[in-house]
Amino acid sequence: MKTIKVGLGSCGVSAGGEKTYEAIKNEIERQNIQVILKETGCNGMCYREPLMEVIDEQNNSVVYGEVTPEKAKRIMTDHVLNDKPVEEWIVQGNIPTQDKSFFEKQHRIVLRNCGIIDPTSIEEYIAAGGYQAIQKVLKEYTPEDVIDIITKSGLRGRGGGGFLTGVKWKFCRQAEGNQKYIICNADEGDPGAFMDRSTLESDPHSVLEGMMICAYAIGAQEGYIYCRAEYPKAVQRLKDSIRIALSKGFLGKNMFGSDFNLSIKIKEGAGAFVCGEETALIASIEGKRGMPRFRPPFPANKGLWGKPTNINNVETFANVAWIIMNGPEAFASMGTENSKGTKVFALAGKIARGGLAEVPMGITINEIVYDIGGGIKDNKKFKAVQMGGPSGGCIPATMGDLQIDYQQINKTGAIMGSGGLVVMDETTCMVEMAKFFLTFTQEESCGKCTFCRIGTKRMLEILERITDGNGREGDIELLRELADKIRNNTICGLGQTAPNPVLTTLKYFPEEYEAHIRDKKCPAHSCSALITYSINADNCKGCTLCAKACPTGAITGEKKKVHEINPETCIKCGKCFEVCKFGAVIKN
Amino acid sequence: MLQTEHIKVDQSKQGFSGFKIELWKYQGEMGALIPLLQSAQETYGYIPESAIEYISEIVDIPSADIYGVITFYSQFRLKPMGKNIIKVCDGTACHVNASTAIIKTIESELQISNNETTEDGLFTLNKVACLGCCSLSPVIMINDETYGRLTPKKVQQLLNEYRENAEKD
Repeated sequence: MKTIKVGLGSCGVSAGGEKTYEAIKNEIERQNIQVILKETGCNGMCYREPLMEVIDEQNNSVVYGEVTPEKAKRIMTDHVLNDKPVEEWIVQGNIPTQDKSFFEKQHRIVLRNCGIIDPTSIEEYIAAGGYQAIQKVLKEYTPEDVIDIITKSGLRGRGGGGFLTGVKWKFCRQAEGNQKYIICNADEGDPGAFMDRSTLESDPHSVLEGMMICAYAIGAQEGYIYCRAEYPKAVQRLKDSIRIALSKGFLGKNMFGSDFNLSIKIKEGAGAFVCGEETALIASIEGKRGMPRFRPPFPANKGLWGKPTNINNVETFANVAWIIMNGPEAFASMGTENSKGTKVFALAGKIARGGLAEVPMGITINEIVYDIGGGIKDNKKFKAVQMGGPSGGCIPATMGDLQIDYQQINKTGAIMGSGGLVVMDETTCMVEMAKFFLTFTQEESCGKCTFCRIGTKRMLEILERITDGNGREGDIELLRELADKIRNNTICGLGQTAPNPVLTTLKYFPEEYEAHIRDKKCPAHSCSALITYSINADNCKGCTLCAKACPTGAITGEKKKVHEINPETCIKCGKCFEVCKFGAVIKN
Repeated sequence: MLQTEHIKVDQSKQGFSGFKIELWKYQGEMGALIPLLQSAQETYGYIPESAIEYISEIVDIPSADIYGVITFYSQFRLKPMGKNIIKVCDGTACHVNASTAIIKTIESELQISNNETTEDGLFTLNKVACLGCCSLSPVIMINDETYGRLTPKKVQQLLNEYRENAEKD
């Protein structure tokens, strides 16, 4: 019998996956087709959603992309009933497709089951080798052995800090106290990163298993998952998975028949970016305002309710079971000298193929953007990538051959962060981008440290006046000075890294700042205060579309005659530019 | 000083009419304040003053401290919301894919700005940092539905659909 899988992660659902699923279900009933229909998570090809996979009796798999309900019907008839795959819609399978290179350079550990198994089924996770690592650990290893294995693998915290996971576990193991906690940080707040959401939705048990192994290693009996409330599907998946694991005796008292106990609870975040920071997250779980505190003491010694606590993020935990089963050497054989294993990147922005890609550390930016991501959308020019979210920075396209690992990325002034990789093209203004990130950190600053609370506000005001065309001589120096002060006078990661977007754009794109300040021009034609719209008489056909679209009546002209824009009444909304079919409206 | 470590839910104080918190769920749980507030908001769509007082009594934390917690987190609202809550993503990926145009369209269509509710009580607009659907940017969420790959035109159509559905009800 054939099996059909439909990707119903958040990305699949928002692309219309549920309608496709319904259409397939109806078709199965209507034509009385003998077939197994399942839902699955996200295989990373978010740009091709909704995805539908058909696995035939010989276990040959074919994945179709952008499957509308209509396309699904044809696939059901042609492929499922009559064994004739609809070749033009195949995105992955045994025939060469233009999407083939999306997977070629990937190596999947964290995403090993994503888009393959049914995330609601613990049996499928077990069949894929799941829950073997924890049983092996409980039977064969001491907690010290586990810590040793994780340390040897070279796994570093994937949430942004990049601290060696094994060493972190060891600190918590050695901390005094009988009551210890583990926390999974699923408060993925970096705009532009969505790998944790996808992992939780597509393979929740891999995260639970990682947490179990960690709990055993440090000697914790209680665990929390702190998940963003903005991820309702992930929260639901986790709740269901914990319930099922409990009923199977995989969690709770005497797990897997051992004398080890662990309970895991979910805490939903309430919307505060700063809660991604360890001490703020702990405060939030305790029911307080999520404000970071000074370290030391580190959570490993004094964390949740004042007890030793270990915090890792979703991606870190999802690596653990694989490392136990395949050995630390296998993990350490991938990557570079100081960064081992793989990293999941969330590709978004002006990239042709947006989605999730897991690649060995040490791959270059160009390989990710061009080979995996398929280059820039609409054949525009690659300008920069933004890595590390609001704490990160913009790396220019000229550094595309840079090998991605923790050290190399830090050298550029950006950070690895959680792995968001937002691609920018020639139409993105870097000053505006810096302003965007600072607006974000400014709003999310908890207000505890003066330089973060007020310094970011002052920096933002400077950037606002620059993009409004009122930049002054000396503004760049002032930005640098404030950045330096904020960096050195704040206690948590949010403040210390807040100036990074400004500093990296100043470093790599100084001419853009200068053009805004001195010439009152925006080279990317993006800052509306610094551009003017006009009509090129040679291209204008007098179709009147622009005049109709103009909300202020600034465009005049007779039908079939060249139109004109009155700069006095033009509000630079850009509607005329969008509607013109002849490229006659020009931005200057 | 906020001593949330000691939260013990007092079952005898089940007096607040209409507040359907299943208190037993929080019995003996530490750090129950935020889940209680989330539960109140789920019941009312916002957190009314009376709920703050009630929660203050059962968890024994001063209302002023609870107010401090409410205003710290962007999820909590102190005013009633519209029937449909529009969350417009202005995360990095959406931003470079012109989410500003989407926000402007909604603002001009509904004649409200961020964090405001339309006069007819049909829509509330909330700008949010990231909905995690970056590869489908620009994205908005109306209630629990996510809509991706939007254009100003598609947004207008969507809003019209919601308006029509509201008329039918």
